[in-house]
Amino acid sequence: MDCDAFYASVEKRDDPSLAGKPVIIGGGRRGVVSTACYVARIRGVRSAMPMFQALKLCPDAVVIKPRMQAYVDASRAIRAMMDELTPVVEPLSLDEAFMDLTGTQRLHGHPPAIMLARLIRRMRDELGLTGSIGLSHNKFLAKIASDLDKPHGFSVIGKAETASFLADKPVRLIWGVGSAAQESLDRAGIRTFTDLKRWDERDLTARFGSMGTRLWHLARGLDARRVSANAPVKSISNETTFFEDTSDPDLLDGHLWRMAEKVADRAKAKDKAGRVVTLKLKQANHQILTRRLSLRDATQMADTIYRTARMLFDQVDDKGPYRLLGCGISHLVDASEADRAPDLLDPDAGKRAEAERATDRIRARFGPDAILKGRSLR
Amino acid sequence: MKISIERGTLLKAVAQAQSVVERRNTIPILANVLIEAEGDSVQFRATDLDIEVVDKALAQVERAGATTVSAVTLHEIVRKLPDGALVTLTEEGASNRLTVEAGRSNFSLATLPKEDFPVMATSEYSTNFSAPAPVLRRLFDKSKFAISTEETRYYLNGVYMHVADAEGGKVLRCVATDGHRLARIDAELPEDAADMPGVIVPRKTVGEMRKLLDDDDMQIAVSVSETKVRFATPDITLTSKVIDGTFPDYTRVIPQGNTRKMEVDAADFAKAVDRVATVSSERSRAVKMALDEDRLVLSVNAPDSGAAEEELAVAYGDERLEIGFNAKYLLEIASQVDRENAVFLFNSSGDPTLMREGNDTSAVYVVMPMRV
Repeated sequence: MDCDAFYASVEKRDDPSLAGKPVIIGGGRRGVVSTACYVARIRGVRSAMPMFQALKLCPDAVVIKPRMQAYVDASRAIRAMMDELTPVVEPLSLDEAFMDLTGTQRLHGHPPAIMLARLIRRMRDELGLTGSIGLSHNKFLAKIASDLDKPHGFSVIGKAETASFLADKPVRLIWGVGSAAQESLDRAGIRTFTDLKRWDERDLTARFGSMGTRLWHLARGLDARRVSANAPVKSISNETTFFEDTSDPDLLDGHLWRMAEKVADRAKAKDKAGRVVTLKLKQANHQILTRRLSLRDATQMADTIYRTARMLFDQVDDKGPYRLLGCGISHLVDASEADRAPDLLDPDAGKRAEAERATDRIRARFGPDAILKGRSLR
Repeated sequence: MKISIERGTLLKAVAQAQSVVERRNTIPILANVLIEAEGDSVQFRATDLDIEVVDKALAQVERAGATTVSAVTLHEIVRKLPDGALVTLTEEGASNRLTVEAGRSNFSLATLPKEDFPVMATSEYSTNFSAPAPVLRRLFDKSKFAISTEETRYYLNGVYMHVADAEGGKVLRCVATDGHRLARIDAELPEDAADMPGVIVPRKTVGEMRKLLDDDDMQIAVSVSETKVRFATPDITLTSKVIDGTFPDYTRVIPQGNTRKMEVDAADFAKAVDRVATVSSERSRAVKMALDEDRLVLSVNAPDSGAAEEELAVAYGDERLEIGFNAKYLLEIASQVDRENAVFLFNSSGDPTLMREGNDTSAVYVVMPMRV
């Protein structure tokens, strides 16, 4: 199931005056388009397009800053409906999920196609949001199918027609085949699935490595990946594209703290902690720098994430300007395994951790802005 | 250059050189050892640009001269030659080859010009003193396990050797820590060492220097400046840059007011810790110590792998205490104790714990507990 222009649809639902107008969700002049409604898409606006470019194509667009909470709420409501169909729901993002409906016919008394059609009807009627369904016998094909009939579409790729369906389709349909992979496939003379099918597995693997094996299977419409509910979270991160490129250390420091705090908030909400802290910087020329450090002791504390990221930042020779700053944690473990071994050389860390936990309790009770660190105001 | 040298003597000299040389080198000459023959001796010099070792050996010098060859290859060859063999090293003027001959074996090794070899600049040392090998051996052996490997805290990647004030007056002190455990080892202050600047001796230098200290009767000449340290025996001179950084004020983290005292046989304790830690999860390796009236229960409870428990008789008279540690840290500090019982001084389950050998305060270890 893949929602149609999800963020924009939520906005249009919540503000009927937007109906029929081109709506773009995204942040700031320097930001990128997060979602464009179908009206804006007709004008050529695409996701991830820089905002200035989008506004050039569509000057009358209504630009709305994302209201994440509203999207999260809507996503939860849809999730609840999907959970009624099957226990095996694997969300890919707020607006997209795989469902495994194997064996549910006896439970519901109807085949999956009927139940899925009812699902998108219910979404439209009860939530005012539309989605598209792709129904097939594996994840790879279901994902392709969901894009075939957008918006508010329904398409099925059955086992029998898999081969004929794929035959003349371009290989870039494969999720994960970007422009770089496309180029190397082009050089090998592989454009369509039929081209791909002519290669044997060993040659593909020799040429494309592990990707080759996967390509060989996909060429035959084979994909053995399971739909897994509760797919483990691998990392938690946050990043900001600045309104203007900046090398102002105070400003960057303020951003770094706010991001560390957001990452910590999410880690705490998920009861997770990270062993590796990553810092990401995008230079003015779009070159990306990343720095990472393994901690001895996994953490979910904003203070530790911030200090580590800050240390990594201080060790970067290039002093900016930067257009993007991000930080995150990965190699996640259970929160019970985190922050267990304090640092002898940092005797104040315990006090800072207590202060952070107290701050968390205040924010939980009186709202996220009830208490702030001074540095977050920079 | 042409020299003849006994295989055993050559092996010892080349072994020291090749261990200083880095295995992966972007600058080819750094893989080489500089051989310089003159008078009745030959010098082998190797460097990684941070450490330089010069090893002098007696040899029969037929023709003085100098050249450089791969330290690792020369070492391998000499190692494989039969004991007692007489080895002849010959380099003909412009051949760019060093011939190694012993009995019926004959090798020809590529050389690089001696002029390209980076010889470490000589420096002025503000402090020069002499210390018996066993004293230095104890100072570094007992502290090096606590050296940090974290590159971000490079100033912890070595042993901090300095002069400190102890109860009985000034001492020569070595401290190492990685933020989780700390070792502080004192020795009597050698004559002429009082004005020594504190230096952080890098981990690799500690390892290389250790090879100079095996002979109990040896006096080691130690020279220290703000930027370099040198350890020398009559045959070997090891010069090293020191870590350019400030060692943290460790005195703040050594607990003064820990009163809950446990005394235990260090070997029994280490074995028991090792046994229960077998089931702990690879990452945390947390061991819980539960103390009560002369009784210590060590336990591990790892949901994924299992549980273990062992009881030990100890001397403990304070109130009940439960405290967790990383098993590896406990094992490491317990294995430093070699003569008397290990004495642990606790405060609370969240505070650093102090460990020493009997009442000897010249070797003190601090370990941070972990939440279990």
